[in-house]
Amino acid sequence: MSYAEALIPAQPAPPELMKKVTTARIVGHFVVGLWILLGLALLVMMITNWDNEKFFKFGPRYLHGLMTTLELVAFSVVFGALLSVPLAFARMSKNGFLSGFAYVYVYIFRGTPLLAQLFLVYYGLGSFRPLLQSVDLWWFFREAWYCGLLSMTLNTAAYQTEILRGAIESVHRGQHEAAASLGIHKIVAFYKVVLPQALIVALRPYGNEIILLIKGSAVVAIITVFDLMGETRYAFSQTYDYQTYLWAAIFYLSIVEALRHLWAWFEARLTRHLKR
Amino acid sequence: MSGLFSALGSFWDWLSTILDPMCGPGGIFTLFGSNTILACGDTGWGDEIALGLKVTIVVAVATLPVGLVIGFIIALGQQSAEKSVRLAAGIYTTIFRGLPELLTLFIVYYGMQILIQSALSAIGYQGRVEINAFVAGMLALSVVFSAYCAEVLLSAFRAIPKGQYEAGDSLGLHRTGTMRLIVLPQLIRIALPGLGNLWMNLLKDTSYVSIIGLSDILRQTGVAVRVTKDAFFFYTLACILYLLLAVISSIGLGFIDRWTKRAEVRR
Repeated sequence: MSYAEALIPAQPAPPELMKKVTTARIVGHFVVGLWILLGLALLVMMITNWDNEKFFKFGPRYLHGLMTTLELVAFSVVFGALLSVPLAFARMSKNGFLSGFAYVYVYIFRGTPLLAQLFLVYYGLGSFRPLLQSVDLWWFFREAWYCGLLSMTLNTAAYQTEILRGAIESVHRGQHEAAASLGIHKIVAFYKVVLPQALIVALRPYGNEIILLIKGSAVVAIITVFDLMGETRYAFSQTYDYQTYLWAAIFYLSIVEALRHLWAWFEARLTRHLKR
Repeated sequence: MSGLFSALGSFWDWLSTILDPMCGPGGIFTLFGSNTILACGDTGWGDEIALGLKVTIVVAVATLPVGLVIGFIIALGQQSAEKSVRLAAGIYTTIFRGLPELLTLFIVYYGMQILIQSALSAIGYQGRVEINAFVAGMLALSVVFSAYCAEVLLSAFRAIPKGQYEAGDSLGLHRTGTMRLIVLPQLIRIALPGLGNLWMNLLKDTSYVSIIGLSDILRQTGVAVRVTKDAFFFYTLACILYLLLAVISSIGLGFIDRWTKRAEVRR
């Protein structure tokens, strides 16, 4: 019988393997270098062209524009959600007329650009001024802000209708049947059984829709609303300084990224009971 | 030789006039719009709007291949084994999916102008440079399209099991051969619904090029509105034309979808 009488003395660590230099590695480092260079160039440009006068003149305007954008998006998401509920139920109803109407609504608003819808509301409906004045709605269609809100609401309502319908229909039939066999009323079953499961499915699409709407809201600048994009265009027309657009890009990117991360956290939190 | 070319040219002109769906002899505006505000020619706005429709289609069709190729390269980069490549591709998609399309368009349009201007002044040319709005619009739209396309293709790549690549290896195929013969046919089939949605978005996003002065549907109807003051009619017409494009492309996409699935088992 043999056994080790002495422990093996500590050995030096094996030599570190050199990572192979592949084409992908060279290309990757090169492209990342390009991105860094671009970022640095933009930073240098901003520092060397820094102008206190411009900053104090346009800085508050930018913040005001940011607020306008956020207000527009918040209001239109909420109103669009309210509008999408009856539309989604109309779309799912067995009544051919109702579901046909909702289908046509969704198809029209998803098939045409937001810009065209905006022009149609602001310039198109605005051309019926005497009629609108006679029904006392002219104050609404006179303001570009309200027109932007209206077309964004109608647009997002169409998308949200599809999201809501898809989510509700994704809940398995057995869930309805189980609730029915327990003697739960249809409405209660919808609130307590179907809707919680549907909203979890709808969470991610809703987040995407809000991001799309933030990006889409930039077009209201074309009809003279001073949102973030509108203020940017104003600042550019005053200074012919390219940085005005870069500042807008920074603002938009940070809103969208913040929202994306917030939403990811939100989703992870709300679906933690589904994790295995 | 020049006689042949001019003959071919005039034949092409004749063909495109005969087959013009808007203003040709059997065109919509000719059939239903003569003697109205939509007549073709000098009396109405039919031919101007038909030109706008053509520009919209050309911009979208020209953007598609560029966007698809860039998107494919970015998608390959995003699933690379090399960390720095993934990082670079990630930065690209994050930036261009986070910026509004309109802002991207302005940044490309004015940025190109400034870049070329400064490059030219470095070699001693001092004149003003006008950037082609078509090129700027196409470039901006393809950048946006490629960022979304990369995400669609990436999720399609992930849906293809690893065994498919291993099968390619065991058949002795080169990596490009595996990609071309085994992965790509499946990839197209999986990614097609997503790419179809992106195409619909692209058609709608082309409306932004009207803002930098390209005469697409919205620009041409806008000109008509400024002259005739009939905003409701013309912008409704613009919406109808966009809807028409959407309907035609969804029919076309349905055909392509059925064609790619022709070898699958019918259930």
